[in-house]
Amino acid sequence: MAELIIISTLNGVLYGMLLFLMASGLTLIFSMMGVLNFAHASFYMLGAFLGFQISQWAGFIPAIILAPIIAGGLGALIERYGLRTVHKHGHVAELLFTFGLAFIIEETIQMIWGKLAVDYRVPSFLDFSAFTVYATNYPAYKAFMLLFSIAIFVGLIFLLTRTRAGLIIQASLTHPNMVGMLGHNVPRVFMMVFGLGTSLAAIAGAIAGAAFVTQSNMAALLGPILFVVVVVGGLGSLWGAFVASLLIGLLQTFAIASDWSLSKFLGSSYTPASGTILYDVWTVTIAQIGPILPYLLLVLVLVFRPTGLFGTRDT
Amino acid sequence: MTDVMLEVKDLHAYYGKSHILQGVNLNVKNGEIVSILGRNGVGRSTTLKAIMGDVPPQGSIRFKGKEIAGLKSYQVAYCGLGYVPEDRSIFPSLTVEQNLILGEKSGRKNPRWSIEDVYNLFPILRERKDTDASVLSGGEQQMLTVCRTLMGDPDLIMVDEPTEGLSPQMTERVGNLLQNIAERKISILLVEQKLTIAMRISHRVYVMGHGHIVFEGTPAELEKNDAVRREWLEV
Repeated sequence: MAELIIISTLNGVLYGMLLFLMASGLTLIFSMMGVLNFAHASFYMLGAFLGFQISQWAGFIPAIILAPIIAGGLGALIERYGLRTVHKHGHVAELLFTFGLAFIIEETIQMIWGKLAVDYRVPSFLDFSAFTVYATNYPAYKAFMLLFSIAIFVGLIFLLTRTRAGLIIQASLTHPNMVGMLGHNVPRVFMMVFGLGTSLAAIAGAIAGAAFVTQSNMAALLGPILFVVVVVGGLGSLWGAFVASLLIGLLQTFAIASDWSLSKFLGSSYTPASGTILYDVWTVTIAQIGPILPYLLLVLVLVFRPTGLFGTRDT
Repeated sequence: MTDVMLEVKDLHAYYGKSHILQGVNLNVKNGEIVSILGRNGVGRSTTLKAIMGDVPPQGSIRFKGKEIAGLKSYQVAYCGLGYVPEDRSIFPSLTVEQNLILGEKSGRKNPRWSIEDVYNLFPILRERKDTDASVLSGGEQQMLTVCRTLMGDPDLIMVDEPTEGLSPQMTERVGNLLQNIAERKISILLVEQKLTIAMRISHRVYVMGHGHIVFEGTPAELEKNDAVRREWLEV
């Protein structure tokens, strides 16, 4: 049991940190520009494919450095020459723009790398067991992902709270017009934040792609969860996104590892006749309903706390 | 070089379809305190916003001899125009000191105001420099926004209703602050509801009614002109 808890916690925190890398960018972009970037998960996917390609040519380390830079640069260009123009026509046009963008990225990736999963794998120098908990080996690559994402997290906090650029970003979250009237070039700040946000997603893709499956449907699989994180945490709240990322990460990981069901919980005091709906309800395990849980949380949060856990504005 | 710092000619502005400014003409000279008076809703705040580029202006706005109508807000600010909005717009999640730092423009040499000057002027801001700006009182927030704008080393500041909601003592202090600023050769364009303070510190006043200027003169001249006061100012 202790073994299960330790491993699930490590995995849950890792999954949560990866989610946060993506959600932080999404929430920064949303708070500042009011743009709910539907294509955000696509930059995660782009990071994974670029990571794969660069690792083929130049190795793993250049891959995880260059992939986010290229994806972030592309994000900044898309903001500068696409979104900024569309912005004049209102939020619906922006939503549709990012929606279309998600498809463009997906189709382009399919054209270049195909529909099947590519062979992006853990680099050999990180392919060993880092430590053993009871009988379970914890892979070094997962430990690396965890440390790397924590390092990025610390770097992001440092950037936002200790640098002048970060102060401008924070101030722009609440009063973009005022920031402009103090003489700061807010459109350029928007561009940089979009670039930063998309590169954070690409970092997550570049490191997660090697551990999981790098395939052209990975954005579509991940995108919905990302929105759950941002809504549950509270739109516009970075701190909320962090807590919600860890919450969803742990929730899903523990759910998958759990074989609890009502019948196991209540013991054999009552067992419905097999073949009835009630029997199915009684015996379904938490692992089986695991995929529903984040969306259940989303619906409940929207009903009972529309601002999210830490948000200040309605969704 | 002429001593006219800001010259606005035939300024028009719209909110949607409503024609808010209908040909405003005004000017502010070097080191001068000029007030725009008038009832609510006649377009005083919109005049400041249009000059700042926050509301799209039509017409001519010349600042230090350069046409600035059509520039973006941050470009207007970079020319040396400072703006203190009515709602104060302090950055609530940042500390007092961080708010002040954000007033600085990057790459500006030898500004007239340093953070030390501001702290000496308002020791209360020094005492609370590490607290969140959102917990300051209304008067302190007003001081903070004015000082934040000063940190950008403007040649002219436009201040919208700085004494709104403040106690008489605090109103007095804001008035003194504005005079203190003007003594450092910074021009001030003030929008103010409280006649007493505007009449005390202004060199010249404009009275605005329905989107254009209906009176221009010194406070003493306005004092004597009962007709204008009755029609455009008194409630």
